[in-house]
Amino acid sequence: MKVGIVCPYSWDMPGGVKQHIDDLAQALMAQGHEVSVIAPAADDDELPPYVTGAGRAIPVPYNGSVARMSFGFLSAARVRRWVRTGEFEVLHIHEPLIPSLGILACWAAKGPIVATFHASWVRSRAIAVAEPVLQSALEKLSGRITVSDAARKSLVEQFGGDTVLIPNGVTVSRYTDAEPLDGWGPDGATLGFLGRMDEERKGLPILLDAFTTLADERPDVKLLVAGPGDEKDVYERVPKRLHDRVTVLGMVSEADKIRAYHSVDVFCAPNTRGESFGIVLAEAMASGATVLASDIPAFRRVLGDGQAGALFSNGDSAALAREAGALLDAPERRAKLAAEALVAVRKYDWSTVARDVVRVYETVTMSGAGRVEEDL
Amino acid sequence: MTSTMVVLSAGIVVVLLAVYVSWRAGRLDRLHIRLELAQEALDAALMRRRAVVLELAGSRLLDPATSLVLAAAAHEARTAGPDEREHAESDLSRALRAAVDQERFREKLSEAPGGHDLLEELDAAVAKVVYSRRFYNNAVAVTRTAQRRWLARTLRLAGHTEYPRFFEIDDNPPATMATE
Repeated sequence: MKVGIVCPYSWDMPGGVKQHIDDLAQALMAQGHEVSVIAPAADDDELPPYVTGAGRAIPVPYNGSVARMSFGFLSAARVRRWVRTGEFEVLHIHEPLIPSLGILACWAAKGPIVATFHASWVRSRAIAVAEPVLQSALEKLSGRITVSDAARKSLVEQFGGDTVLIPNGVTVSRYTDAEPLDGWGPDGATLGFLGRMDEERKGLPILLDAFTTLADERPDVKLLVAGPGDEKDVYERVPKRLHDRVTVLGMVSEADKIRAYHSVDVFCAPNTRGESFGIVLAEAMASGATVLASDIPAFRRVLGDGQAGALFSNGDSAALAREAGALLDAPERRAKLAAEALVAVRKYDWSTVARDVVRVYETVTMSGAGRVEEDL
Repeated sequence: MTSTMVVLSAGIVVVLLAVYVSWRAGRLDRLHIRLELAQEALDAALMRRRAVVLELAGSRLLDPATSLVLAAAAHEARTAGPDEREHAESDLSRALRAAVDQERFREKLSEAPGGHDLLEELDAAVAKVVYSRRFYNNAVAVTRTAQRRWLARTLRLAGHTEYPRFFEIDDNPPATMATE
């Protein structure tokens, strides 16, 4: 299938949406589809062969943050030409509500158009004022995808209608091979946590309480914590005598994050609620870590009811300590769970996500809707 | 004001009105085309799902009881009149869930010759029913709003097209299939 993808944010800046588009484009091409991406980029930027630049991106404050986007006559003309010459069977616009290439593409094209909404937002005056303009762009979309329940809620509350949910993928192959962090390594006594330290629902306090119990019984057990937040919060929760056995890395780079997954024996996900999918869990599974997670519905599903990772009763730090201790004592069980996890996580691989996206493409092109054309 | 001026300004107003009305009519027309395409996609997806289920039921890869449940549900959905359609398609979803969510159903079926392809086809058919129905209902909602507009009602811009109906069914996929 010949697919045109519109990226709203500058190609040379790392970011979630841009990464999503790049992963999707590569997964689609790996499945034999023809993909062309248009993204804000200066003319002298180095771009992969499947990316077309639509002109330099300008930093603009919009809806509470500053993003690098493209708009104006020049960008509009380039988007129009890209649509006219692309002969796409389906056009896939990302974030069409953002004043960038997405909304320009909505104006310039007609035919089978699909859009993915990534961000969630609070109902704002800015969006309310622009609603008629945005509404007429939305009218052209034959299919709407959201990546999370939060994004879906924002969209449906302000603009009505319905969407299909296709969550982000994990590129499993990116996680499978990595060296442990220097001085670390699975030694049969290391627990790990990754996530926002200051966010209650990520459950770090529960893990810290469990660690205190466990560390008093076992003199060799260590804890590795990574993620944004203040390390003071961590040390305040743990008795002083155990401080040298808790290491807080803080924010880590993408590469170090993967190495951190490879450095632990048991990866703990004590999240108490609000996880629709748990990307962290999938990443840990792809890294070959043994996972111990709270039994909230999302995790229970990802871990196949305990087949691909151990579960403990949500919010119960004593249960977490007990279960973690049992896992540390059973290297064979750990290896078996980790092997099962590698199989189970394939369901969240980008290739699976791309397959679902292709089904959406096929749905909107099924009834002879014709090709994407320029809308004059 | 001379009479020429009056005639002239009246002319301009008439022209502007005509442009506006034809723009609104064009938009409504576009929405109707989108609705029609969405309806066709939905019908095709439902038909495809019935066909795959019938093939699975007749494949001799399943036990006879499961085959019977699936075949009966797919047959009911295929022969249902317009009023029973939503019920029959919902029943088919339920029958599918009961069949596919049996212990080790997927593993067993993929091991059988030809079973893996059939399972994949079924997954795709089920997902496309979900997708096409969401997209269709979206198109219905937008078209309804546009048709209800004062201008569209007074000038009957929608012509003889019917007021579109939502298609409400239970299309929840089997638990072992859901990727959400």
